[in-house]
Amino acid sequence: MATRQTQGLARLMRAPAIILLFVWMIVPLGMTLYYSFLNYNMLNPGMTSWAGWFNYRYFYTDPAFLESIRNTLVLVGGVLAVTVVGGIFIAMLIDKPIWGQGIVRILVISPFFVMPPVAALIWKNMIMHPSYGVLADVAKFFGAQPVDWFAQYPLTSIILIVAWQWLPFATLILLTSLQSLDTEQMEAAEMDGAPAYARFLYLVLPHMARAITVVILIQTIFLLGIYAEILVTTNGGPGSASTNLTFLIYKAARLNFDIGGAAAGGIIAVVLANIVAIFLMRAVGRNLD
Amino acid sequence: MARATSRNARIGWTVAAWLVALLIFFPILYTIVTSLKTEQEAIAGFDLIPSFTLESYATVQSQNNYWRPFTNSVILSVGSTLLALIVAIPAAWAMAFSPTKRTRDILMWMLSTKMMPAVAVLVPIYLIFLRTGLMDTRIGLTILLMLINLPIVVWMLYTYFREIPGEILEAARMDGATLRDEILYVLTPMAIPGIASTLLLNIILAWNEAFWTIQLTTTNAAPLSAFIASFSSPQGLFWAKLSAASVMAIAPILVLGWFSQKQLVRGLTFGAVK
Amino acid sequence: MGQITLQGVAKRFGEVEVIPPLDLTIEDGEFVVFVGPSGCGKSTLLRLIAGLEDVSGGRILIDGADATDASPAKRGLAMVFQSYALYPHMSVRKNIAFPMKMAGVPKPEQDRRIEAAARALNLTNYLDRRPGQLSGGQRQRVAIGRAIVREPAAFLFDEPLSNLDAALRVGMRLEISELHNRLKTTMIYVTHDQVEAMTMADKIVVLQAGRIEQVGSPLDLYHRPRNVFVAGFIGSPRMNLFGGAAAAEYGAQTIGVRPEHIRISAEGGKWKGRVGVSEHLGSDSFFYVEGTGLAETVTVRSGGEIALHHGDTVWLTPDEGKIHTFDRNGDRI
Repeated sequence: MATRQTQGLARLMRAPAIILLFVWMIVPLGMTLYYSFLNYNMLNPGMTSWAGWFNYRYFYTDPAFLESIRNTLVLVGGVLAVTVVGGIFIAMLIDKPIWGQGIVRILVISPFFVMPPVAALIWKNMIMHPSYGVLADVAKFFGAQPVDWFAQYPLTSIILIVAWQWLPFATLILLTSLQSLDTEQMEAAEMDGAPAYARFLYLVLPHMARAITVVILIQTIFLLGIYAEILVTTNGGPGSASTNLTFLIYKAARLNFDIGGAAAGGIIAVVLANIVAIFLMRAVGRNLD
Repeated sequence: MARATSRNARIGWTVAAWLVALLIFFPILYTIVTSLKTEQEAIAGFDLIPSFTLESYATVQSQNNYWRPFTNSVILSVGSTLLALIVAIPAAWAMAFSPTKRTRDILMWMLSTKMMPAVAVLVPIYLIFLRTGLMDTRIGLTILLMLINLPIVVWMLYTYFREIPGEILEAARMDGATLRDEILYVLTPMAIPGIASTLLLNIILAWNEAFWTIQLTTTNAAPLSAFIASFSSPQGLFWAKLSAASVMAIAPILVLGWFSQKQLVRGLTFGAVK
Repeated sequence: MGQITLQGVAKRFGEVEVIPPLDLTIEDGEFVVFVGPSGCGKSTLLRLIAGLEDVSGGRILIDGADATDASPAKRGLAMVFQSYALYPHMSVRKNIAFPMKMAGVPKPEQDRRIEAAARALNLTNYLDRRPGQLSGGQRQRVAIGRAIVREPAAFLFDEPLSNLDAALRVGMRLEISELHNRLKTTMIYVTHDQVEAMTMADKIVVLQAGRIEQVGSPLDLYHRPRNVFVAGFIGSPRMNLFGGAAAAEYGAQTIGVRPEHIRISAEGGKWKGRVGVSEHLGSDSFFYVEGTGLAETVTVRSGGEIALHHGDTVWLTPDEGKIHTFDRNGDRI
């Protein structure tokens, strides 16, 4: 029968994607795990030996490690806070009956399509540069001392840049959700005597809960891996003030050629990502499905 | 609200919205403006009116061999997306039209592979690329980007395919269509819009990818993202040139992005928000 | 030709038995309506006949030939779906032509049949539009057109009118009935609306929980419902069902009296009550009488305009010859 015949075909059609992804997931991860127990430096490949837990202990006792974990969490949390709050605000603004809504949308969404290195360079040189940046011009205009952003507030500066990139995403998703809000529901609430803030609190926010959840989930996935923005602006510094876990591992692998150490860091990153994922799923999972 | 808003309120909201929008767009706008200045103008303080010189664009193209990374970006983003589609269309198709009890689990598992931090596999991928001679080659990077975006492509296609109502397939079957006819005359035409927006969105994602492209290329296969990252220390003199290079790197995708903003939401949220 | 016979046809989804084995014969040219509350298995039964679901047991014969394992296309049946299931990317013409294209009907013959169907269904001016540009009623017609051109052995309709508004529904009901009169092809029609069943069917099949409760002509079902379920389901407004002493008086567990078989009077009668809500439609009046001790409310239908108002005391008298009696199992005595 038709149904039975298609089952076999369906299995055949699914197989390539599943096999590819399975291999892609398991092989490199297995290799990382293996390397993480080796003393393996690319500058000294002949000296490779079994290291046991050394790499992990080394990584853990490195003061830069705990700082990088802290930076990673601050970076993710900071960007999420700015984009979600800002996104709600801007989405509600665009949803008002304004002239030129289409163009406003296009302007607001644009930063999302700017590739990370370009975004970082624009902000670093055009906006935040202590002598030639627009913010310096503004400071001079008011007679104030220009701020050397990346030296004084490295992590905050990076949060600002990344938030600028992701604000459009949050805005667009929240706007889509807002536009699907039943106007009759709002009118009913108005008839019931609910003032604007109550309508926002009891109707708009709960309606957007699902969209907010999605924004948090998806952004977190991407934000844990922030790399290019750090590379072209602060290069992780000063010291390790703006080094997140991704960047720390990159430095171990590519600048110190410490394969074993970087692999151990990679495994730690996987564990961290899983903890965050489980935590997130628990916290926000209720809003999905 | 459906009811007419007073004119004054509308003017107020419009001004506020435009101010916010322009503020957000400002860095891009100012980069475009700066790219049309001479280097002297570019560091001469804040000024929104450039001299409209294309000098910097010409310099970037001649001195830095702009076309090589541009071509690489096109090849990598389009190539990896097409490859991903070839693998993902049958898979998404099968999962949408003959789902099994495990389909949901498989989809969730695919999504979970996206949660794996890229940096966790930096070491093995880097070593594999070094040893197999894939380092700094277009083919190696194309395959890698394909694997990275495959889960998203499958998911997006799946959500699009799922929206094709089952009754239509049954109607086709009642009308005497064979499996081949069904795919050729009914499913494919209905699936094309979804495939097109998946294609568009993943070209954007691949174009903007900036971890692996920087790690695994030097000059030969470096796309625009890696090319631009190498500009990280222009130190004073090259403001206009940097702006021109930036504009050229983002312009194509910015325009594509404007066209795809509707699909963007459902695509990137895997159909959870429409 | 289109005689369809079901022999012990059953359907299980996993452990759940949706349709216990049942037998049914649908004669050639009959208009049969499957009716029942939602979830009673009527749509599943239709899909089994169509071949869209595999039977779990039993046989399906079409014109005497075993079609149990035949693919939907090979059964020679046409189906009109609840959502119409039009191909959104094809024009109306292409939609109607699709089954003929699949069957390899020559082009000139295709055009002839499309023209004929379009004329019959008032679609001539819309042939080049897409389904998305049509109203609900027009889409419905296209779906029917797509079914007609195949010249099937039987038409299957799955709640085809449920997405239309009330006025259109009445119109389409008449059109489908006319179509049947003209084509004289077997039609199987699924609905939960007993008015549609009563007005259109030659034969009604009442289903509940996958079981056939009764098969018969509309008036058969109306006059001689086989059990309490059918009695309550067929007829609008519903039949009044009383238990207790009122029923015991007739030697039954339950008695049923249709609203039109109760006389209402301000002077005197068998049961005393008080007028609750009354509805005056001009041609008819409906009274919902409370406080009779028989049931929460008793529905009474009365011709013309009777001057009774909320709170008036009234007497009700059943038409003794029209009382239905049911035993302990709910079966007709």
